[in-house]
Amino acid sequence: MLKIENLHVAYGGIQALRGISLEVPDGKIVTLIGANGAGKSTTLRTISGLVKAASGSISWNGEELLGKPIDKIVTSGIAMSPEGRRVFPDMTVLENLKIGAYLRKDKAEIEKDIQWVYSLFPRLEERHWQLAGTLSGGEQQMLAVGRALMSRPKLMMLDEPSLGLAPLVVQDIFSIIREINRQGVTVLLVEQNANMALKIADQAYVLETGNITMSGTGAELLVNEKVREAYLGKNG
Amino acid sequence: MQELFPYLLNGVSVGGQYALIAIGYTLVYGILRLINFAHGDVFMVAGLVMVYSTTSMPIYLAIPLVLVATVALGFTIERVAYKPLRTAPRMSVMISAIGVSYLIQNLAFYITGGVPQPVSNPIPWISDNVVLFGASTKRVTLITPFLTIFLVIALVYLINNTKIGMAMRAAAKDFETAQLMGIKINSVISMTFVIGSFLAAVGSMLYFTNYPSVAITSGGMPGLKAFVAAVFGGIGSIPGAVVGAFIIGLCEEIIKGLGYTTFSDAFTFALLIVVLCVKPTGLFGEKVTDKV
Repeated sequence: MLKIENLHVAYGGIQALRGISLEVPDGKIVTLIGANGAGKSTTLRTISGLVKAASGSISWNGEELLGKPIDKIVTSGIAMSPEGRRVFPDMTVLENLKIGAYLRKDKAEIEKDIQWVYSLFPRLEERHWQLAGTLSGGEQQMLAVGRALMSRPKLMMLDEPSLGLAPLVVQDIFSIIREINRQGVTVLLVEQNANMALKIADQAYVLETGNITMSGTGAELLVNEKVREAYLGKNG
Repeated sequence: MQELFPYLLNGVSVGGQYALIAIGYTLVYGILRLINFAHGDVFMVAGLVMVYSTTSMPIYLAIPLVLVATVALGFTIERVAYKPLRTAPRMSVMISAIGVSYLIQNLAFYITGGVPQPVSNPIPWISDNVVLFGASTKRVTLITPFLTIFLVIALVYLINNTKIGMAMRAAAKDFETAQLMGIKINSVISMTFVIGSFLAAVGSMLYFTNYPSVAITSGGMPGLKAFVAAVFGGIGSIPGAVVGAFIIGLCEEIIKGLGYTTFSDAFTFALLIVVLCVKPTGLFGEKVTDKV
């Protein structure tokens, strides 16, 4: 279980997170919704170690993550598919997957996991020799997710996986997220597409200018008046 | 043509030496977007170490010592002068690089007393005279291009087929995402300095074998030429740096062969200006994309 307590993060003088607390129980899908600049990405980036926190605590199965180097956090079972996908454009699809397993030494198992990712995303297998930069946006998102899976994470963090994708592709991605979760990976999902995110989430938090203002199950927030007004469009 | 042949031989050889230096510039730029102004001085230090070590110990110890000392110097420069500035603006790192360049020259002045250190037959076999198609030259002239090509192929293999090479390519594209894969950025950066310094050390031994002495400013011109070669070829690109270096080495020697020795340096820079006007990213350069 991932437990964040009273986390403060400041970016160049701006308070990005003002003491948030949240929990991600094992095996669940937890989503963080909110407007642009609310601090959603900052939360994920702090968990992954890319951003230093000012104060607070992030404990992962009882172990404090703050202050740990990024590679140790990856080894402890946390992987991230970053905002904007960020696949390595000059590397092939296969190389992108292999680099996801960078810290692993179990060659035979890595090979198995590549096949596992291919089974989740058959499109990636068809294009395994292609340079990642030549893939469509949806395929790049699949690759970013597949790449993150290659470290065999217990917790998978996804930052805006639906960004800029056509509605049908978004549905594909979300059904894969569910599938990954069914196979035992805990998911922490950051989304602007609150509607989609709340539908698959067991637990959800609303983030506004660095504070958590609401929380509940995905179903609860989906029918919450304030949430509907602010994030789903009144008639949505 | 017959008169020009020795110059062509020299050109290919000098080009190879420039290439070995230019790779150091281009590798570091590829990852840090930094022009490592101290690189030419690292090259000069390798020459000094060669002079001292070959006169005081057997050759089979002296050559490894030059390589190890140069690599250690490159590694240390990165750790001391660049690493603490990782999140600083690029300009600060550049100033730091210029500072390191002068510091090395000053230290070299202190050690040598400012007297150019004579190079006398440091590595015997390669400074033997040989005759090829009627042109007399040192064996090093013939060895250099082959050794350069061999090292370049080895380097390209390393970058394309090994784990550390994959990490280098990833880091060159996107620091943050590379870190998310668990790649230790600092190790990767150190590795580029180690490789760059190693190649500069090899280049230095080949280069100074052909020269009468090593002075504290001896790194300046070859360093600058190699840098021009790297920009010419498209900075950040290894094949670009190599091709650029051979072109510059050849052109320079052809100009000398035609009797315009005085203008050979100026020509190098004129060539650079022309290429950059026509193709600002250099021969093999990619479009410049700033890292987020």
